[in-house]
Amino acid sequence: MTVVTLTINDRLISAKKGSTILEAAEDADIFIPTLCRLKGLSPRGGCRLCLVEVEGSPRLTASCITQAQEGMVVRTETETLGRYRRMIIELLLTERNHVCAVCVMNGRCELQRMAARLGVDHVRYEYRYPDLAVDASHERHVRDPNRCILCARCVRVCDEVEGAHTLDMMGRGIHTNVITGMNIPWGKTRSCTSCGKCVQVCPTGAIFSKGTGVAEMEKRQDFLAWILSGRDDNIWNWGE
Amino acid sequence: MNRIELKAMAQVEQERQAKFRCRILCCMSTPCISSGASKILAAFADAITAEGLAAEVEAATSGCMGPCSRGPMVTIKNRGEADVIYERVTPEMVAPILNRHVRGQTVPSLDARILSHDIPFFAKQEKVVLAGSGDIDPERLESCVAAGGYEALGQVLREMTPSDVCVEILRSGLRGRGGAGYPTGFKWQRVQKATGDRKYVVANGDEGDPGAYMDRTLMESDPHRVLEGMAVAGYAVGADRGYIYVRREYPLAAKRLEKAITQAERAGLLGNRALDSPFNFRIDIRMGAGAFVCGEETALMQSIMGRRGQPVPRPPYPAQQGLWGAPTLINNVETFGNVAMIINRGAEWYAGLGTEKSKGTKIFALAGKTVNTGLIEVPMGITLREIVYDIGGGIQDGRAFKAAQTGGPSGGCIPADNLDTPMDYEALAALGSIMGSGGLIVMDDTSCMPDVARFFMAFCMDESCGKCGPCRGGTVQMHRILTRITEGAATMKDLENLEELCGMVKDTSLCGLGQTAPNPILSTLRFFRDEYEVHIRDHHCPAGVCRFDNAVSRAI
Repeated sequence: MTVVTLTINDRLISAKKGSTILEAAEDADIFIPTLCRLKGLSPRGGCRLCLVEVEGSPRLTASCITQAQEGMVVRTETETLGRYRRMIIELLLTERNHVCAVCVMNGRCELQRMAARLGVDHVRYEYRYPDLAVDASHERHVRDPNRCILCARCVRVCDEVEGAHTLDMMGRGIHTNVITGMNIPWGKTRSCTSCGKCVQVCPTGAIFSKGTGVAEMEKRQDFLAWILSGRDDNIWNWGE
Repeated sequence: MNRIELKAMAQVEQERQAKFRCRILCCMSTPCISSGASKILAAFADAITAEGLAAEVEAATSGCMGPCSRGPMVTIKNRGEADVIYERVTPEMVAPILNRHVRGQTVPSLDARILSHDIPFFAKQEKVVLAGSGDIDPERLESCVAAGGYEALGQVLREMTPSDVCVEILRSGLRGRGGAGYPTGFKWQRVQKATGDRKYVVANGDEGDPGAYMDRTLMESDPHRVLEGMAVAGYAVGADRGYIYVRREYPLAAKRLEKAITQAERAGLLGNRALDSPFNFRIDIRMGAGAFVCGEETALMQSIMGRRGQPVPRPPYPAQQGLWGAPTLINNVETFGNVAMIINRGAEWYAGLGTEKSKGTKIFALAGKTVNTGLIEVPMGITLREIVYDIGGGIQDGRAFKAAQTGGPSGGCIPADNLDTPMDYEALAALGSIMGSGGLIVMDDTSCMPDVARFFMAFCMDESCGKCGPCRGGTVQMHRILTRITEGAATMKDLENLEELCGMVKDTSLCGLGQTAPNPILSTLRFFRDEYEVHIRDHHCPAGVCRFDNAVSRAI
């Protein structure tokens, strides 16, 4: 195995050649926040929370897609990065209707956890309060766009792992929305296999199982690693 | 077709044109058509047939002549006389024009409509990319070939190696005309050195800036020049296929490009074995569906591949991994427009134009409050004052110049104190603006700067693709704050938040759209901060644009 050595936050660490800065940091137990990235799905670089400072580069670098290079000097916890990350979370909270108190994921939500961890205690910007309809037409799952952060994990898992491509994006800018089928009710789509992968990878309460009440929904994202390693190596031992 | 046949084709056409005693060229680009040019051309054609002048007088289509606000434009090329340009031609003027130029009558009533060639509008310009634009018929290959079309392609295919071509472009100092100004030669060399079974050349003709139409005009007026530049690039980097990406709003440009590609392929100038050489190069048109973000190179390539037009993080850069994972050269349409002239007249000649670091000429779409508006091509390094006061003829109604917005929604405003700034990449960047693709909007003292910033922010907000959080949410919040400022409902805290948002969106956005979206705010804040403060503190708009009907009480 070829190894590269780099410095993250003044710590010298080694990483597998070809791994991203984020993966290298994770292996060394260094926390870099991210919401759109999920191991097993293609990188997206969309949430911009994982930006880090790389010495010698004038721009901030998205650690989820940038490969770790020999001799790189990376900082993940500067004052500017912290401030920007809090602002990004604030913007996410203003653009949809995130009301934790009535959410099925309350207490287990990645957005909620990230906001708390990064120290977002209030929002300085105006809320948009968009009028978005919940789609409960599917027999097993519900999609609530009010809690969506447009990370596209559901879109990617449906396309890349399940191979159904039932979910996709529509519109642009603030009007971007996740759709099912060709923007028809989820229950009417014929491509959906009801596999529920999208439910498990969704970081918030935007996609959840029918019948779960406030703070009841539990998601297991480790199934993705299991299913992918199972495909590659024929190992099928989830839950162990 | 080989080079000798190409020369023969040029000669036949030149002789055909020389047969006519008088040639009447009617500008048929979008601005002139919209002011009625088709009727003028038809009227000339009818009059020529009716009066039996068909053997000695020709009425022909031409590309853009420049002063678009004065259309329809007509050029009279009379044998043995200097060319005459008429502005705002009406069907009633057809007969008098024929009487004057064909029959030699004196018609004094026409004098007022003549645009002299020595007026500063023309004299201060230097046409390189648009050299043929006002002369040739964009829908006839012969007309383009007679003006020297495809000579450069013939030369590189026979006399130069691909590396020679890259070096020649590098030596010319040509920089990308899409706005960022990356040295074109370096880009070509990087694609040439990249390894791949297949390589692609892409021309970016997706021009979305408000008030800019440089690429449209070039594609409409001289499509073969763009195609030739792409073919030269294809030869230089080792590509056999090119795509020209045209936005859906430019149907005439697409129609003429399509016609040009068909004609050039039939004549053996493009397609398989171009000009009887082993070089194959096919060009296809891809129509964009009208998204500003698709001008960003990675989003544009996604769109060409039939995917959702959203940017993808770089690296890998297109030079390594572009279309379908293959090395791809992507340049602006105007950049390709320079290539043939560089080959024809040499890198030294080209490097002699412009300033030390910004070589050549730049096309600007001059819009706004100047007396003359339209399309101009000027040497790099010309001052803003020369553009506004000499070429533009000053500000309408004798008002005061306030600012010029360069680079569209990604650019910034240049205030009156900096009128003597040379227009080159570095000088504009130092002022917090950019060259951009060449939109140039001149504003007088009736423009309110916070309102201008709000306009551009509304544009960026609508055109944000929605992929990354800072751009999607940040542009909306910036627009809301600007709206509050122009409605008199903002506080100084809002201004603080606005500045902080600008910095964050600029530093964290995924692609150029978000990274440059705050520029109009940042540059107006830099030069016109007092206007923002007056709006907030005193609920007063110095330019008299903003209304404060909903203004909150001053006590707050």
